Amino acid sequence: MSREKPRIGVYICHCGLNIGGVVDVADVTKYAKTLPNVVLAKDYVYMCSAPGQAMIKDDIKEHKLNRVIVASCTPRMHEPTFCKVMEEAGLNPYLFEMTNIREHCSWVHGDEPQKATKKAKDLIRMSVAKASLLEPLQRKEVDVTERALIIGAGISGIRAAVDLAQRGFEVYLVEKAPSIGGRMAQLNEVYPTGEKAVDVLKPLMDAIASHPKIKLFTNSEIEAVDGFIGNFKVKVTVKPRYVTNECNACGKCEYVCPIEVPNEHDFGLSKRKAIYLPFPTALPLMYIIDEENCNKCEKCIEACERGAVDLEEKRMKMEVDVGTIIVATGYDLYDPPKVEYGYKLYDNVITMPQLERLLDKSGPTNGELQFNGSTPRSIVFISCVGSRQEPGIYKPIVEDQQLNRYCSRVCCMAALKNALVIRERYPDTRVFYLYRDMRTFGKGHEEYYTKASESRILFIKYKLEAPPVVSENSNGLVVTVQDVFTNNEILAIPTDLVVLNVGAVPRADASEVQTKLRISRSADGFFQEVHAKLRPLDTAMDGIYLAGTAQGPKDITDSAAMGSAAAAKAAIPLARGKVEIEPIIALVNEDLCGGCRICEGVCEYGAIEMKEEDGKLTSSVLEAMCKGCGTCASSCPTGAITMHHFTDKQILAQVRAALKEEAKHD
Amino acid sequence: MTEFEPRVVGFLCNWCAYAGADLAGMSRITYPPNIRIIRVMCSGRIDPAFILEAFRSGADGVLIAGCHPGDCHYLSGNFKAYRRVVMLRKVLEQFGFEPERLRLQWVSASEGERFATVIKDMVKEIKKLGPSPLRIGG
Repeated sequence: MSREKPRIGVYICHCGLNIGGVVDVADVTKYAKTLPNVVLAKDYVYMCSAPGQAMIKDDIKEHKLNRVIVASCTPRMHEPTFCKVMEEAGLNPYLFEMTNIREHCSWVHGDEPQKATKKAKDLIRMSVAKASLLEPLQRKEVDVTERALIIGAGISGIRAAVDLAQRGFEVYLVEKAPSIGGRMAQLNEVYPTGEKAVDVLKPLMDAIASHPKIKLFTNSEIEAVDGFIGNFKVKVTVKPRYVTNECNACGKCEYVCPIEVPNEHDFGLSKRKAIYLPFPTALPLMYIIDEENCNKCEKCIEACERGAVDLEEKRMKMEVDVGTIIVATGYDLYDPPKVEYGYKLYDNVITMPQLERLLDKSGPTNGELQFNGSTPRSIVFISCVGSRQEPGIYKPIVEDQQLNRYCSRVCCMAALKNALVIRERYPDTRVFYLYRDMRTFGKGHEEYYTKASESRILFIKYKLEAPPVVSENSNGLVVTVQDVFTNNEILAIPTDLVVLNVGAVPRADASEVQTKLRISRSADGFFQEVHAKLRPLDTAMDGIYLAGTAQGPKDITDSAAMGSAAAAKAAIPLARGKVEIEPIIALVNEDLCGGCRICEGVCEYGAIEMKEEDGKLTSSVLEAMCKGCGTCASSCPTGAITMHHFTDKQILAQVRAALKEEAKHD
Repeated sequence: MTEFEPRVVGFLCNWCAYAGADLAGMSRITYPPNIRIIRVMCSGRIDPAFILEAFRSGADGVLIAGCHPGDCHYLSGNFKAYRRVVMLRKVLEQFGFEPERLRLQWVSASEGERFATVIKDMVKEIKKLGPSPLRIGG
C-alpha cells in the first residue's frame, strides 16, 4: 500500500495552569520537535479554543501536515473537537491522535513537576510512534428505523412516549407491570402544589392510550437487545394476562375468587384477589390473573359474562425494530431489614409510602388515617432511612454489599407533604419529624418547608452518630432521640405510629437490564450517564438514553423533565434518518485466514461470518455488527485480523516508544 | 546511585479503566509517575504479544486493567483478558520472570481512587522485586 511520508504536527496545550502549572510545556515542545516525522511542534494556552483550532487548521495547510497530535486533556473529552478540526482542514479525522497529559499526568503528578514533564515527553513520543502508522478510515452511513422503544412506563417513560409521539415518531412503550403509571400511581398528593397525583397523571396516561403513534405493551419484558444505533432489534415477551380485551373491569370475577394475597399497590396494607385490577385508574383498565397464586378453580370463568377469562393464554414473543431506546425503568424502595427502627418487629412501624397509601382516597382505608382501627394521636417520622448511610454507623442489609451513601432527594419533601396533610386533616394528631438535615432545594420547596414549620409540626434534629431508637413499653411505642437543638437532651416520645422515610434504591432487575442493553452502572448501582454535567442522558451505548430514576433518585418534576429531554435526544437520529457507523472495526485478510473459526467463537456480536469458497473456509466481518472491541484480532493465530485504529503495529510501536528512550540511558 | 524507578506499561480499556484513570485525574488523586498508559477499546484486545514485547523492551511491569466481571462494555472481553493473563503469568515464570510483574486489575469508570491505589501498590511491589531480569542481564 503506497503511503505518503508522515508529516506530523504536535500541539501542546497549557490548559491554562492545569497542565502549564505542572508540566514544563516549553521544554516538552522543544523535545517534541526532535521526534521522527514531526514537522512542527507548538504550544498554546488553550488548544481547544477557537484560536487554537484555527492555528492547527492554518498549519495543516501551510506545512502540508498529514497527521496531527494534540497533547492536552483526555480523548474522552476533546477528541471529537479536534477530529472536526481535521475534517474542516480537509484531513481524514482518523489521522488524529490525542495525548492525555492532563488527567493522566499534570493532575495526578502535581507534586512531582520534573517527573511529570518527563512523563509528558514519553507520552508524546508514544503518540508520535502511533500517529506515524495511522491510516485514514471512512465513516459509513446507514439508514435509521424511525421508531423508538421506551422501557418503563412510569412518569418519565410516559412523558417521553407522549413527546416522541407528538413529534411524529412511532413509539413502542414496554412496561413490566400490568398497568402503566409507575410509582406515581401509588402517591396521594404531589408537592408543592397539593394536587392529587392521579389528577396529574391520568391525563398523560390517557394520552398514551389514545395516541395512534404509541403502541403499548404492558405485562411485558425485554428479552434481548441486538444491533446498534438506528438499527436495534429488540426481543419482547408479552406475559399472559389470562384475561382478554373483552374484559370491561366489572369486577365479578374478583368477587368470586377465593384466593387472597397482600396487595402490592398498597404495600401490603390491604389484600387483593388472585384475579385483580392493579388499581382503580389502571391502564389498560383490565383485570389480570396472578399466575403464582391462582389455584385454577375456574370460578372466575363462570362469573365472567363476557367470556374474558382465558386460562390457556400463552406467552407471546415478538421482535421489534427500533432506531433508539430510552431506559426509564425507575427505582425500588429501600426495604428496611428487620428491626431497623423496630421495622417488622412492631406492626405500627410502617414506611412513608405506606402512609401515603393510608392518606389516599383509593387506599386501604379510603383515605382515612386509620391504623389498627383508630386514628393515631401521635406520629413520629424518622428521615434518612436507607439513604446517606455512613460506614461504621450503618450496616448493609447483605454483608459486603455497599451502603447507600447518596441522598434520595425526595424523602424530605414527601415527609413534609404528608405531615402537612395530617396536620390539616387531623389537627388533634401530633407529628414529630425526626430529621438529620432538611433538604428542600427545589422550586417552591423552601416556601413549602416554611409553611410546614408554621403548622405546628415538631421538628427534632438528630445527629448521624446518634440515630433515634424505637422501643416498646407497656403503653406502646416510644421513640428516644437526642435533640441537637436542646443541647442533646434525650427526649422519649410516646407514639401510636412510627413512619420510616425510606429512600430509593436501584431496581432489583437493574443488573439484568444492564447486561441486556450493555450499559453501565455507577458506584451507587443506578445506571450511569456518560458525563454527569454535560451528557446526563447518554449512555456509553450510542442510541440508548436514560430517563427518570433509573439514573438516580429524583422527584416527579425532574423525572418528567428528564423524560422530555430523553425524548428530544432520542428524536435526533430518528429525525436525521441516518447515522454514521464508526470505522473502528475489524478486517480479515482472507489470504492469511486459516479458517480455524476461533474469531467466530470469541465474537459476542455474531459479527464474524464464515464463508467457503473453492473448498477453503475463511472468515469475514459483518461491518454493521462489529463493535470494534478487537478481541478477534488478539485471538487470531495467523495475524489475519486487523483491528482498525488499534492495529498490532500501532500498539507495538507505542509499547516500544514507551520504553525506548530510557533504555538508551541505562 | 539513584533509586530504582520501575517502568510500567499499562494497557487500559477505553470504557472502564481508562475512564477510571481519568477520574483519578479529575479528583486530583496523586500516584507515582511510573506508568505509561496505552488505550485500547477493550482489555480483550490485548494480545499476549503486546505484553511480551513490553517486557522484551525493558518494562519492569505490565498492567492490564479492564472492566469488572460482568461490566465489560463488550460483554466478555475482560474474561478473555483474564484467561490470557493467567496463562501468560505461567509462561513468564518459566522465562525466569516474577509473575507479579504482570498484573490484571478491574477498575470501573467510577473508581478513580482505586486506580491510584492499584498504581501505588504495583509500583511499590515492583520496587521490591527490583529491575526486570532483562534489564539486569543486558
